[in-house]
Amino acid sequence: MIRINCPVCGLRNETEFTYGADANVQRPEMGEEDTQPWVDYVFNRENPRGWHREYWHHAQGCRQWLVLERNTLTHEIGSCQLARGVEA
Amino acid sequence: MKRLPTGGRIDRTAPLKVRFDSQDLPAFQGDTLSSAMLAGGVSLVGRSFKYHRPRGIYSAGVEEPGAIVHLRDGNRHEPNARATVTEAFDGLTATSQNAWPSLGFDIGAVNNWLSPFFSAGFYYKTFIGPFKHSTKFWMTCETFIRKAAGMGRATYLDDPDHYEKCNAFCDVLVIGGGVAGLSAALAAGRAGAQVMLVEQDVDLGGAVLSDPVSSDGDSWVASALSELEALNNVRILTRTTAFGAYDGDAYGLIERVSDHIKAPENHQVRQRYWLVHAKRAVMATGAIERPLVFGGNDLPGVMLAGATRTYLNRYAVLAAENVVVATNNDSAYQVATDLARAGAQVLLADMRPDPSEEVVKLAQQADVTVMPAHGVIQARGGKKVTYAMLVPVDVTGRAQGSPQKFEADLIAVSGGWTPVVHLWSQRYGKPVYQEDSACFVPDAQEGQTLQGAGTAAAAESLADVIAQGFARGAEAATAVGHPDSVGIIPDAFATGPFWQQGLHPAWAVLTPQGKTQGKAFVDFQHDVKISDIDQAHLEGYVSVEHLKRYTTLGMATDQGKLANVNALSRMAELRGKDIPEVGTTTFRPPFTPISVGAIVGHEHGRHFRPTRLSPIHHWHVENGAKMTEAGAWIRPWYYPQGTEDLTAAYIREATHVREHVGMVDVSTLGKIAVQGPDAAEFLNRIYVNGWKTLAVGRLRYGVMLREDGFVMDDGATARLGEHDYFMSTTTANAAKVLAFAEHLLQTAWKDLRVHVTTVTDQWAAIAVAGSKARALLTQVSDADLSRETLPNNHWTTARIGDVDIRIHRMSYSGELAYELYIPAGFGRHVWETLYAAGSEFDLRPYGTESMGALRIEKGHVAGPELEGRTTMKDLGLEGFASSKKPFVGSVLRKREVLEDPARPTLVGLEVEGDTGAKPGSLLFSLAGEAKGHGDGWVSSTTYSPALGKNIAMGLLKNGKDRKGEVIRIVNFVGDQTLKAKVVSHHFFDPEGERQNG
Repeated sequence: MIRINCPVCGLRNETEFTYGADANVQRPEMGEEDTQPWVDYVFNRENPRGWHREYWHHAQGCRQWLVLERNTLTHEIGSCQLARGVEA
Repeated sequence: MKRLPTGGRIDRTAPLKVRFDSQDLPAFQGDTLSSAMLAGGVSLVGRSFKYHRPRGIYSAGVEEPGAIVHLRDGNRHEPNARATVTEAFDGLTATSQNAWPSLGFDIGAVNNWLSPFFSAGFYYKTFIGPFKHSTKFWMTCETFIRKAAGMGRATYLDDPDHYEKCNAFCDVLVIGGGVAGLSAALAAGRAGAQVMLVEQDVDLGGAVLSDPVSSDGDSWVASALSELEALNNVRILTRTTAFGAYDGDAYGLIERVSDHIKAPENHQVRQRYWLVHAKRAVMATGAIERPLVFGGNDLPGVMLAGATRTYLNRYAVLAAENVVVATNNDSAYQVATDLARAGAQVLLADMRPDPSEEVVKLAQQADVTVMPAHGVIQARGGKKVTYAMLVPVDVTGRAQGSPQKFEADLIAVSGGWTPVVHLWSQRYGKPVYQEDSACFVPDAQEGQTLQGAGTAAAAESLADVIAQGFARGAEAATAVGHPDSVGIIPDAFATGPFWQQGLHPAWAVLTPQGKTQGKAFVDFQHDVKISDIDQAHLEGYVSVEHLKRYTTLGMATDQGKLANVNALSRMAELRGKDIPEVGTTTFRPPFTPISVGAIVGHEHGRHFRPTRLSPIHHWHVENGAKMTEAGAWIRPWYYPQGTEDLTAAYIREATHVREHVGMVDVSTLGKIAVQGPDAAEFLNRIYVNGWKTLAVGRLRYGVMLREDGFVMDDGATARLGEHDYFMSTTTANAAKVLAFAEHLLQTAWKDLRVHVTTVTDQWAAIAVAGSKARALLTQVSDADLSRETLPNNHWTTARIGDVDIRIHRMSYSGELAYELYIPAGFGRHVWETLYAAGSEFDLRPYGTESMGALRIEKGHVAGPELEGRTTMKDLGLEGFASSKKPFVGSVLRKREVLEDPARPTLVGLEVEGDTGAKPGSLLFSLAGEAKGHGDGWVSSTTYSPALGKNIAMGLLKNGKDRKGEVIRIVNFVGDQTLKAKVVSHHFFDPEGERQNG
């Protein structure tokens, strides 16, 4: 079981969290009218072997979205920050 | 087989009633079922999986492949229980499994003679080809095969016992309470770390428990234990198996709280599932002895050498008087010696040509006959061993002469030992092969939080076992911040030849041609023979993972604990490679079988998941409502009068709303407070329609899309104050909408000063609908609800009695309607107030079924239409989309494929006849074959009391252009075809005169 060190709540079990999305993709600006940037945002993903930045939601805790580093190969957990505090 | 008059770790003052099939066994407290069987002379315990060959007791531990029984009766009946780890208790009943009509005379044993037919992969090969056109014959055969093959039979009765789950946290988890584990716990405990020591056995000591009572090992264990028990930071759990090692340093444990008694005591659980979070763990899980491969090596009476010693020293049972010990290493010499000293005639066949003088001398002193360079090539006997065929062998195990027949009722085998690396491997992957000890060991690396110690890590001597355990314990404690002194390492005690000492890696005794003399088994539980591996190899299955699946090797309840290495070495030999090149299969949890009940704990039946109740819930129940599940919610479905069924009730309720007034509990709607200076901007982005112009005191229906342009949800949002909005969502999507809003605000739209907070549980909600709704609410509240003061899509505060509420004027039913938002604690009070005041207006409650009928009549979309595959355009909602601003999904909704005019769009259907359509039915035009996916599907159906006919909503290709067309509704499941006319889905009062009145 993954343990996630929520910056607000401390070290908690993964069962309190929900995986959200790849945190490397950036949402286009609201006014973006071209289709491709939105297609990239919604559908196109890298599938890296190794470290990966992900959005996780502390759904059964502080309700904060977090940016979590997770190793897709070893399942190791790296840094965990509030998504609010991370430069996009 | 006999019980010795003295010795053993059993309590002879506590005899127990233990029964196997029809035989009473002479058992004492401290016995296992298998030791009681041996003491009672039971040699035949079960029948094998495929060939129904006789199976006896093969081991004395968790690895047992043969002595598998049905345990207990009735609703506590348990299949596939290993007799070797089943503690004897008073009243124990066990029966043999996989045998019919009886264990002694088993008709299924005919399979043994048909065995060429049941070779590796037979299932895949036999039932293909000729049966192409019909599976009937296949199915007939399968019924019999399934009956003949297989293991125990499970009960259909509910499990009467309780199980519980708990979480625990510690610095150092020590798995295994043998010498290595005790040493590790001592070091970590002395250093001050929080230690959990878990042992699957009832007693601590591990291999020491197989030594004679009062040996040096006993006093070593006793002294370690008394020190550990005095340490407050050490917790010891026995009868507890660590079955899984998981990411995040989590370990799954099962504590068998009550399995050693007939039934759990009052209020006590049967088993407890521990999820332990341990910063570090020491795997001191020991090693399991390896079988030797020869013809008839599965006969009852062939047993692991170490097990015979365990039965002798721990349970005071001499398994036989005429023993042949077969070995390729030193450890069996101690077995032979102990058996001979207890009175058995022992002949020791050592495959090695030159065993050390030291061990030979040890054996000879106990009158054991030692035959170097000899092996057992075949065990002979009917239902148990009567002879051992001994043959001179070369170093590879090939016979060098003609076999000689020796009388024997027990063949004790030792093919060396296999470290128990399961937990390490579950966590870190494949173990590595260590050539000099001829076994797989953990590939210990820096940074691994689980480290092996003792024989599990191939320790070389008892002193090494203690040193490894002590070192791993101390390192673990230091790593978690307890670098205190660990004191002096405990001394080693005197012991016999050590486990892997002198091991010679030859595991099979074969004819000079490389064949076995009779059937020679690798996997005893799944009936996999050496010849099956040869066949798999011939057919090209060379990867161990393929070999495993093709032959089912290691796939029985023992998961190949005994079979693995022998099978790998055979495959290596066939391929002309080394064992490391061939590799090993992956180890997965659980280490030993566990009860599903323990994992489930209390989360079954009503407790399977949380249930959500409206604040008005109990009124519905008390007033006879039939309830239904809606996600996690329990909602009133209908309120039957007299003997009414669902149909009669919902038609009456819906009619009543249209003619008088009704009220429905809509507290389950999702409610989100959207607050902050940028709230309007936020709503403008998340909804497709515009929100900047919505004045305080008004509300508006809105549609939300997902990022990919499909419809996500709809609902009304009211502006309560300048920076304060009250959003409602559908019941089903409340959590999804909130999480989505939070995601956008915390990742992409950080600049927006907005908070979203769920207030679903803070507000009860009641919809009052019907032409008399205004009159009723005007009477019970102080609000002015006139058409001029409160038109549609406006809200006002109001008081009902002493309760401050909000009244939103909006309609879901198409009638004049209001939604009342009431602080949750007053929800029932207000409902009852309305109900009491409503009698003169003929107010009736209505449930979700009639609510659904009303909304279908009105043509409103709901869950069945907002199902994730529909766009605004499909649903006729695109008129809501603002063209003046971007919103979530505004670009992707315009993708070409989603703009395709041929996409199914929302239509109404007037269904002919008295039977309504079923949701999910497919739509076809009148002409042509009804085949494939059709032109669309039915989403929602109801009988419409207002129209007096069956109606439905559906999505139909080119739906807009097909109004008036008669089509077919085909329900392939119910084999029913109906005709229906395509109409507008706004069936009833399309101009909205009633709701705006």
